[in-house]
Amino acid sequence: MGARVNTAAAGTANWVDERTSIGGFVKFFARKLFPDHWSFMLGEIALYSFVVLLLSGVFLTAFFVPSMDIVTYEGPLATMQGVEMSKAFESTLHMSFEVPGGLLMRQIHHWSALLFTAAIVTHMARVFFTGAFRKPRELNWLVGFTLMILSLAAGFSGYSLPDDVLSGNGLRIIEGVTRSIPIVGEYISYWIFGGEFPGEILIPRLFTMHILLVPGLILVLVALHLFLVFLHKHTQYPGGGRTDKNVVGLPLFPVYTAKAGGFFFVVFGIIALVAAIFTINPVWNYGPYDPSPVSAGTQPDWYILFVDGALRLMPGWLFDVIPMEWEIWGYTLSLNLLIPALIMPGLFFGFVALYPWIESWATGDRGEKHVLDRPRNAPVRTGIGVALITFYVILVMEGSNDIIANLFHLSLNDLTYFFRIGIFVLPVLAFWITRRLCIGLQRKDRELVLHGKETGRIVRHEHGEYQEVHEPLTDHERWVLVSYDDISPLEIEPEYNDRGVRRKGYRWDRFKQRLSRIYFEKRISPVTPEELEAAKHEHH
Amino acid sequence: MSTTENPTSHESDNTPESFEDPGLPYHRPRRADVDPKAEKKAERQVAALFGVSIVGTVVAIGSYMALDMTDEIDSIRFVNMAIGIGIFLAMIGIGFGAIHWAKTLMRDHEMVEERHELRSSEEGRAGAIQNLKDGAEDSGISGVKRRPVLVGTGVFAMLLAPLAILWPQIGNMGADWNTSNFGHTMWRKGMRLTRDPDGTPIKASDVTIGSAFHVIPEGLNELEHHKIEEKAKAVVLLLRLDPRDLKIPEGREDWSFDGIVAYSKICTHVGCPVALYEQQTHHLLCPCHQSTFDVSDGAKVVFGPAKRPLPQLPIAIDDEGYIIAQSDFHEPIGPSYWTRLSDTSDGLHADETEGSSH
Repeated sequence: MGARVNTAAAGTANWVDERTSIGGFVKFFARKLFPDHWSFMLGEIALYSFVVLLLSGVFLTAFFVPSMDIVTYEGPLATMQGVEMSKAFESTLHMSFEVPGGLLMRQIHHWSALLFTAAIVTHMARVFFTGAFRKPRELNWLVGFTLMILSLAAGFSGYSLPDDVLSGNGLRIIEGVTRSIPIVGEYISYWIFGGEFPGEILIPRLFTMHILLVPGLILVLVALHLFLVFLHKHTQYPGGGRTDKNVVGLPLFPVYTAKAGGFFFVVFGIIALVAAIFTINPVWNYGPYDPSPVSAGTQPDWYILFVDGALRLMPGWLFDVIPMEWEIWGYTLSLNLLIPALIMPGLFFGFVALYPWIESWATGDRGEKHVLDRPRNAPVRTGIGVALITFYVILVMEGSNDIIANLFHLSLNDLTYFFRIGIFVLPVLAFWITRRLCIGLQRKDRELVLHGKETGRIVRHEHGEYQEVHEPLTDHERWVLVSYDDISPLEIEPEYNDRGVRRKGYRWDRFKQRLSRIYFEKRISPVTPEELEAAKHEHH
Repeated sequence: MSTTENPTSHESDNTPESFEDPGLPYHRPRRADVDPKAEKKAERQVAALFGVSIVGTVVAIGSYMALDMTDEIDSIRFVNMAIGIGIFLAMIGIGFGAIHWAKTLMRDHEMVEERHELRSSEEGRAGAIQNLKDGAEDSGISGVKRRPVLVGTGVFAMLLAPLAILWPQIGNMGADWNTSNFGHTMWRKGMRLTRDPDGTPIKASDVTIGSAFHVIPEGLNELEHHKIEEKAKAVVLLLRLDPRDLKIPEGREDWSFDGIVAYSKICTHVGCPVALYEQQTHHLLCPCHQSTFDVSDGAKVVFGPAKRPLPQLPIAIDDEGYIIAQSDFHEPIGPSYWTRLSDTSDGLHADETEGSSH
C-alpha cells in the first residue's frame, strides 16, 4: 500500500509541477533554516490569532445583521424584553443566546482580537529591543508598523459593531475628536456618520470596513511581511558560529512545520479555553445604544486605552488660568482634544515608525545586521524603548484612573495631577535608569569575562590569605559577552575645508554627529584578549 | 565579526586583537537519540496527545448535539463552556503532539546556511538600468524621440480619473452636509421637560431640593425620523438646589425657577453624557474623562479636560405648573468645533414659536 501511495503522490506532484514548476519553490522552502528562540514566537502568536479571527469571524457574519433599523426585542433574554434596539444589537443577542456555540464564537473572536493586538505590540517590542529593525529590515519594520495600526482599526471597528451603549459612547468620543479638527472636522464627521451622530448608516459602513477593507489590507501586508522575512532570512541571537553572514537553525520541513504548525493549534486551543471560561464584552448587561445613559468605570478595549487616558490627562485649563480651547477670529481651536487625541498619537507613532532611520543616522553604519543585539549592549536604544513604554503605560493607567482610584482608595483628582506631571518626568527618569542599568550589566559582563564565575569555593593560601576561586568562562560563554560591535561616536569632516570654503551638508552631518554622541559617548567596550591576558597575570 | 590575527606590537606572545568565534557548540544528543526506550516512550506520548485531540473533537460535537439551551443564562454558559473545552482539547492535542514530536524525535542538530547580500549584482543592476532605458526609449518617455505632451497628459489624466469615482462616492456619504445642525437642538419655546425615557412631563413641585432628573424634550419619543440624533443633542439634566447655594451668572437671572436649573447633559469636552451628580458638592461628573462641573456656579469647569461650562437651558413654569423651556440652548451643546462661535448667539431661537419641531 505504501508503494501505491508513493506513486500516487509522485503522480500528483508531477502533474502540479509540470503546470507550475513548483518543484523549485519546494526545493527552496523545504529545508530553509530558522533560528530557534522563544521570543521569535511572538510574531507567530499575532499571525495565528489573526487566523483564529478570520475563522471565528466567518461564523459571526452568518448571524450578525449590520443594520441600525430599530426593532423591539422579543427574544429569550428577560431583562431586554420590550426594549427598543438596533437590529445589530438584536442579532448580537440572538447569536449569543439562541445559537449554540454562538456566544463562544463571539468570545473567541473578542479574545483573539485582544491577543492579536497584544502579540503585535510585544513582537514590536522584541524587534525594537534586539535591534532587528536595522538594515536590511527597515522596510519590514514599516510594514509591521502599518499592520499594528491596522490591527487597531480592525479592533475598534469590530468593537463598535454590536451597537451597545459602551461602544456607542466610544463612537461619540471619536465623533467629538473628529469634529475638533480645524476647518474640515465637521465635514469629516458628516462624511463618516452620514450626517449627524449617530445616524443610521454607521454600522453598515463599519461592517464593510471590519470584514473587508481592513482584513484585506492586513492579509496583503502579512503576505508582504512574511515574504520579506523569507527574503532577508531570520535574524539570530549572538552565539558561537552565528555571524552576519550565516543562519544557524533548523529546517522549515519538518521541524518548523511541526513546531510552528503545532503552535497554531496551541494558540487556538488556549484562546478557545479562555473564551469558554471567561466572559468578555457582555453587551446584554450594557444594553443597546442610547445617547443618554453611561456608567462609571467604563473602559475601551486595552489598545485604545492610551488615547482615552490622554484625553483624561489633558487639562481644559492649564494651571487654571490658560485655556486649552482657543477662540481665534471667531473660530474655535480645541487643543484639549487635538493634542491628546491626534497630535500626541501622531508624534508617538511617527517616532516609532521612523526609529530605524533615526538610529542609523546615529551609527552611520551601512552594513547588513543579522545578529541581534543583547538589549544591554545598546543602552540608549533600550532606554528609549523603556521610556516609550513608560509613557504609554502612564496613559493606559490614566485611562483606568477611576478603577485604580477605587481599588486603592485614592483620590481620582490626585491621581490625574500625579500623571500630569508624571507623563513628563517619568519617561525621562525611566530612560536614565534603564541606560544606567544597561551600562551596569555591561560592566558585569566585563567582570565575568575578565575574572570568571564565582564558584563559592574559598581557599586559604599558604600565607593565610583567603580567596574565592573563580572559574574562567568557556569559549562559548565568553564569545556571547564579547562579540558585540564597539561603536564610537561619528567623526565628521570640518565645516570649512583648508581653503576656507563652507562645505555643503555640514549641518546635517553635525545633527547626525550630535545624535551619535547621545548614543555612543558613554559606552562600555567589550573585553579584548589583551585585557583578559592582563587580568590573568594580575591574579597570580 | 571577523577575527584578525595580527599580534599587537607591545605583546611578545600572540594575543589577537579580538576574540575568535569558537564556532557552533558541541551538539548534545537527547535521550531519545541514544536510548531506544526513550524513543518509544516519546512516540507513545505524541500518539496519546493526538488521541486527546480526537477526544476533544468528540466532546465538542457531542456537547453541541446533546446539550439543550434553555432561556437560562447559566444553561447557555454551560453549553458554550462544554463546546469550548472540546475545541480546546481538539486543538491543544494536535499542537502539543506536533511540538513534542519535533522536540523529541525530529532533528535538533542545528544546520548552517550562508546568507547572501541582498544587493543585486553589478551586472544585474546594469541590466536593469539598461532595460529601463530601452523601455523609456521605446515608449518615448525619454530619449531621442521624447513625447512630453503624451507623458504630461497621461499622468494628469491618471491623477484625475479616480475623482470620477471618488467625487460622487464621497459626495454622497455626508448626506446633506448641513453641518449647521450641530448648532441647535429640538428644544423650543414652551416645550415641556419630560422624563427620560418614558416622556412624562415634570411638575416644578416634583423636583425636590437635591434631586436630579434625566430629561428629554416633549414629543421626542413620537419623532418619526432622527429620534436618536435629536436625543443625542437634546438630553438635559434638571436639578434643584437650595436657592441660597445657587450663584446665578449675569444675564441668566430668569433662566431658572426657585433653584431649579437645567443644563445640557452632553459634556463640552468630547460629548459623553455627564451622568454622575454629587448632591453634596453640587458637582456634575463625566464618567468618560472626569470633567467636573459646578452646578451651583453656572456649571463651570472645576476639574478635568473640559474648558467650557455646560450650556444652560432657560426654563420657566407653564400655567399647569409644568416645567417648560423658554427657548433652545443659546449655544451649541457638546464638544467644540471650528465654527462653533458662528452658531452661538444669545437668544438664537428666542423668537421661534412654541411646540413645533422641525
